[in-house]
Amino acid sequence: MQQKLDRLKESPSQTAGPYVHIGCTPNFTGIHGIYDEDLGTRIINDKTKGERITIRGRVFDGTGTPLRDALIEIWHADANGIYPSPEDKRGEADPNFRGWGRSPGDMETGEFVFETIKPGVAPFKDGRPMAPHVTFWVVARGINIGLQTRMYFSDEKAANEADPILQRIEHKVRIPTLIAEKTGDGEYRFDIRLQGDGETIFFDI
Amino acid sequence: MADKDAHNGAFYQRDREWHPPAYAPIYKTSVKRSPNAALISLDNTISEITGPVFGHNMIGEYDNDLIQNYAKAGELPIGQRIIVHGRVLDEDRRPVPGALLEFWQANAGGRYRHKKETYLAPLDPNFGGCGRTITAEDGSYRLRTIKPGPYPWPNGVNDWRPAHIHFSVFGHGFAQRLITQMYFEGDPLIWICPIVKTIPSKEAIESLIAPIDMENTIPMDARAYKFDIVLRGRRSTMFENRMEGN
Repeated sequence: MQQKLDRLKESPSQTAGPYVHIGCTPNFTGIHGIYDEDLGTRIINDKTKGERITIRGRVFDGTGTPLRDALIEIWHADANGIYPSPEDKRGEADPNFRGWGRSPGDMETGEFVFETIKPGVAPFKDGRPMAPHVTFWVVARGINIGLQTRMYFSDEKAANEADPILQRIEHKVRIPTLIAEKTGDGEYRFDIRLQGDGETIFFDI
Repeated sequence: MADKDAHNGAFYQRDREWHPPAYAPIYKTSVKRSPNAALISLDNTISEITGPVFGHNMIGEYDNDLIQNYAKAGELPIGQRIIVHGRVLDEDRRPVPGALLEFWQANAGGRYRHKKETYLAPLDPNFGGCGRTITAEDGSYRLRTIKPGPYPWPNGVNDWRPAHIHFSVFGHGFAQRLITQMYFEGDPLIWICPIVKTIPSKEAIESLIAPIDMENTIPMDARAYKFDIVLRGRRSTMFENRMEGN
């Protein structure tokens, strides 16, 4: 017999369940006194460089009903396209930029809101520019493994057309599911549809 | 080149046959919350290889102690005192230091502290049910809590969750983001739970069952369970073409 590779298997995912907010946003659920504030509440501060934007949206199930028990996280680059992570070796990110946000959605409507800045351009592996985008990760009761998608901006038409990820999507008719609609000055709407008509593209990445 | 630096490429492809599928009708809520279309596969970009950093200084003194972090002065929650400890490793058995772990659970009676929770077991005024910690240089972590109780849930008319602790895990890249659950050795409910059964193989299920660990038990105080968590490993970039200036 040949040698063993001797690798471990990743821990299998399990659903976040109906009470993910207890663990990840306890103050939101009314559990006060353990943490000063919920993590992921503030992505930017007054000194952060870049154009202020607000991203709003909801997550819909296959019947068109909005989820009210989801947890939505986003991760994106600073105004210069640099990530505030030691894994990004291209330079120092804006020290006033967190890059990561988390929202439990509104208790009644399920709407998530992120106050942040518009990300800059980061390179694809071959150096071509990727259009400004925001990585989304969605978990909830009934979601067995976290769903990853990307949000692009409707006012970046030329950049989107040249984006190496969007270019690789075979069913062009589905690309609009990844593009947030500009609804006002600095205001974007990005709804996520888990299943059925207009089902959002999710990535195995 | 140092070995440590070589393993900074894309994360290994996720084994989707090892994880539960999105659509698992035995767990009814998944039926309308699972994408129909195939996921679109893409090798990681800088957007997935990177991830947020959490500093040890954000962790409060009692954040990893669910026995004390919500209890009133001089009081304690009811239930079996336990320690859960282990390491966060990647698929190549490398420790993952600086990993943020967030955990949440029901109290000893199987009741969650949540507005939408209706189970008739009572809340424990001294138990909040959440905590967090960050792994040390060797990937190790430790928490103290009350052993959670099993509880009924609306799926089949008589489905019960085995005792479990939820874990949310951040590694070094956003592609490693994971939520899972820890179960306890010897619990007969594990093998009849529809949520557990969404995991395709017995071997994968067993990787979420924490054994009792008498060597880490504190005599006359708290039993210990060992729970290691494995995150995606990553490829070496040693022989990969690099971008100009990188």
